[in-house]
Amino acid sequence: MDFITPPYLTQNVSVRRVMLQVLAALIPGIAAYAWLLGPAVLMQIAIATATALLAEAAMLKLQDKPLGPFLGDGSAIVTAWLIALAFPPLAPWWLIVVGTAFAIVVAKHLYGGLGQNPFNPAMIAFAVCIVSFPALMSQWPPINAQANFVDQLALVFGQSPRLDALSGATPLDALKTALKLGEGSTSVATVTADAAVFGRIAGHGWEWVAAGYLLGGIWLWGRKVIGWHVSMSFLAGMTLISGALWLWNPAHFANPLFHLFSGGSMLGAFFIVTDPVSGCTTPRGKLIFGFSAGLLAYLIRVFGGYPDGVAFAVLLLNLCVPIIDLYTQPPIFGMKK
Amino acid sequence: MLQRLFKFKGGVKPATNKAPSVQAPIRIAPIPPRLVVPLHQSIGGQPTPLVEVGDRVLKGQRIGAADKWVSAAVHAPTSGTVIAVEERVAAHPSGLPTLSVVIETDGQDAWIERHSFDHASLEPERVREILRDSGVVGLGGAVFPSHVKLTPAASVPMDELVINGAECEPFMTCDDLLMRERAEGIVRGVAIFRDLLRPKRVLIGIEDNKPEAVAAMQAAVEALGENFEVVAVPTRYPAGGAKQLIRVLTGKEVPASKRSPEMGVQCFNVATAYSAWRAIAFGEPVISRIVTLTGNVEQPGNWEILLGTPMQEVIALAGPKADTNRFVMGGPMMGFDLPDLSAPVVKATNCIIAGSPALFPPPAPEMPCIRCGACALACPHELQPFELYWFSRSRNFGKAQEYNLFDCIECGCCSYVCPSHIPLVQYFRFAKSEIWSRERDKNMADAAKARFEFRNERDEREKAEKAERLAKAAAAKAAEKKPAPAETPPAPAEAPAPQTVDAEAAKKAAIAAAMERARLQREAAQPKNTDGLTIAQRKEIAEIEKRRAPLQAQQQTTPNADAAQTQNSQKDQQ
Ligand code: SF4
Ligand code: SF4
Repeated sequence: MDFITPPYLTQNVSVRRVMLQVLAALIPGIAAYAWLLGPAVLMQIAIATATALLAEAAMLKLQDKPLGPFLGDGSAIVTAWLIALAFPPLAPWWLIVVGTAFAIVVAKHLYGGLGQNPFNPAMIAFAVCIVSFPALMSQWPPINAQANFVDQLALVFGQSPRLDALSGATPLDALKTALKLGEGSTSVATVTADAAVFGRIAGHGWEWVAAGYLLGGIWLWGRKVIGWHVSMSFLAGMTLISGALWLWNPAHFANPLFHLFSGGSMLGAFFIVTDPVSGCTTPRGKLIFGFSAGLLAYLIRVFGGYPDGVAFAVLLLNLCVPIIDLYTQPPIFGMKK
Repeated sequence: MLQRLFKFKGGVKPATNKAPSVQAPIRIAPIPPRLVVPLHQSIGGQPTPLVEVGDRVLKGQRIGAADKWVSAAVHAPTSGTVIAVEERVAAHPSGLPTLSVVIETDGQDAWIERHSFDHASLEPERVREILRDSGVVGLGGAVFPSHVKLTPAASVPMDELVINGAECEPFMTCDDLLMRERAEGIVRGVAIFRDLLRPKRVLIGIEDNKPEAVAAMQAAVEALGENFEVVAVPTRYPAGGAKQLIRVLTGKEVPASKRSPEMGVQCFNVATAYSAWRAIAFGEPVISRIVTLTGNVEQPGNWEILLGTPMQEVIALAGPKADTNRFVMGGPMMGFDLPDLSAPVVKATNCIIAGSPALFPPPAPEMPCIRCGACALACPHELQPFELYWFSRSRNFGKAQEYNLFDCIECGCCSYVCPSHIPLVQYFRFAKSEIWSRERDKNMADAAKARFEFRNERDEREKAEKAERLAKAAAAKAAEKKPAPAETPPAPAEAPAPQTVDAEAAKKAAIAAAMERARLQREAAQPKNTDGLTIAQRKEIAEIEKRRAPLQAQQQTTPNADAAQTQNSQKDQQ
């Protein structure tokens, strides 16, 4: 007789199932990405996944933990995919290897492994790489001049010189730079009129990628894999600050929609701030976490020196999680005012 | 009248699996050749045996008397001869023995003389006494003596009397069948409770997956001209937890620190009401109960079974299939593995499920907590189970209590939803029992300190006496040498004083020592918990359970029985 402790029944759920659903939800965004910006991102995903699994296996081996259940739980793959999606798609292969390995080995396992890491490993990878290799991390492919797969591969594997083909920036960065160079003589409307870089609401092409993430996020919410609290408050935080500044000076600040569909906003809202391990657990805590992260991400991306602010905002908030959780414990049954 | 329903947070919806056992009506189980009737079948005191080996007993004869207010009598389920009054294995996860009366049945099933009462013409106090002496206890599984719950709070008016027919545990259908077949008796029993408590409203809550029971109860209420409201409540485990049902029907949340009458509400199980009516109207004590036999069996169904019938004979009635590998007493959410099939059916036995590896598959390996919060969303008491898990695991018991460990009703919802397959409830039981045992250790330490102080005192005294003797001897010597009286030696007048102290202290010491011996004896019966944290070990769990039972009982025998009641009413559907 197997030893079972009550309850004898359990729901058909597992960490693996949760992670597989997260991966599935990323697919619309990835599809749009590969379609509109070239298939290099698929290559990056493959490299990151392989690195993550190898690093995970090595760390498990070192700690004498069983490989099967832990490798199979899919958490390392989720981290890998998020890193691949956050990094520039034409970054050299070793960059993503370094980033992913760092995320798994340091950010995850040195902190105790699955469930123990205080920081979001994918965001750690991004932050570490952008600080260490700022130039490489800022080379985005120009959207209009789409290279074919072979050319992209050659770039990723360092077979062709990293030309000005790579001097492109993200639309977010392009806007920021243009506004800065314009010194007041130009306006958001003028800059974003450039149809080569900007689309209907945000970056040309990129806005569709963001829409893909949004779609996946809504699906995850519908499946009850994620709650609404943290995602919605993240988007609300970003909308509020961007909306306020935009209303105040529309020539200098892009509208909220532009920000919601640019950079890491949608990916962050549904796949990054929703990470349960490094996030808040109480309902009110989640609202505070999401809102502050959205606000901070905007401030860093608009006023800071980095092209986007989601990673730093999330890491900063990760730091505050214990204290937020402590002060937002909900009242229990029978103890409400 | 349209009943407004409230919601409780959390809860889960496991497959109910109730259909197989409601196909046949309640059947009467045959009288077995031997009955093993444990004397301690309810929360509270340990009833004292009233019979000796060799006594002939009649059906319904009291064989164990309630020893205090929070206690309930026990009766012979049929006529026969007492062949032993000894420790027998109990239907308890620990498998520990408990004092039981073994009756060899004579097949005549001869009743003792019965008296029916008209409760309306009796003093309420007398009605409560009759219920106690008839052994009426909560038959939902919590077995708390009902008469204790039938006293309204002095300061708070009783608003609602809630009758629990929710039966939220999967597989279990004993209350469902009882309501279908004996609704009138239940309603009459409820009327007795109503007359004792005088509530403004009476609400009968039944999960909406039992339409037949709802209809039968409604018909009975109408037929008897009562104004009770029969309410179908949404099916969601644990809607049948007393606190959850009270919440759903009245909107009131009874916290762990309060008992429900303080909030003007009281809750009883339907089977309890039925047995109260049999006791008052027919003078029939509680000697049998309806038990659901289901799961991996050929003939699932409900049987009226004499208390004391050994489990193996009960199980044979349903015919377990070949691949049955366990028998669970209670529902699949809060039940436990029967450790020994010679244990008898008791008042708490509401359901026996034959389990197979297909029905209850072994749990998937435990993974680390990913803080997904699913458990917190499922917790009907709105706790943060993963925090409790964390603190229990790291043995940070103070923190666990801060996070309301003792509000946990061990309903199992959190374990049910956990994607990491963490046996959360086991951790909480472990933590609770550790805390209880630490408290006991502390009490023991206090006693040890008292002993130590007494010994010190005695040593001091002996030293003083010795010094005195020496001094006397020296003085005598000196006197021999020097006939002339020198300075007076230490005043002998002081001597008697230490002697009185001595007598008193000795008495105290004797009492303390006796207490200590008793405690050590009790201790011997309860081996210490091991230090390992591997909760998933049968042995350790058994030990925990062993400890919990006497400790709970101790708590509940305190004069403040109400606190105990609160604690237990949460446990399940009373
Ligand atoms: S459900 Fe399990 S994994 Fe999720 S927070 Fe609760 S204990 Fe942790
Ligand atoms: S077992 Fe305790 S912690 Fe878990 S859901 Fe039930 S009440 Fe909440």
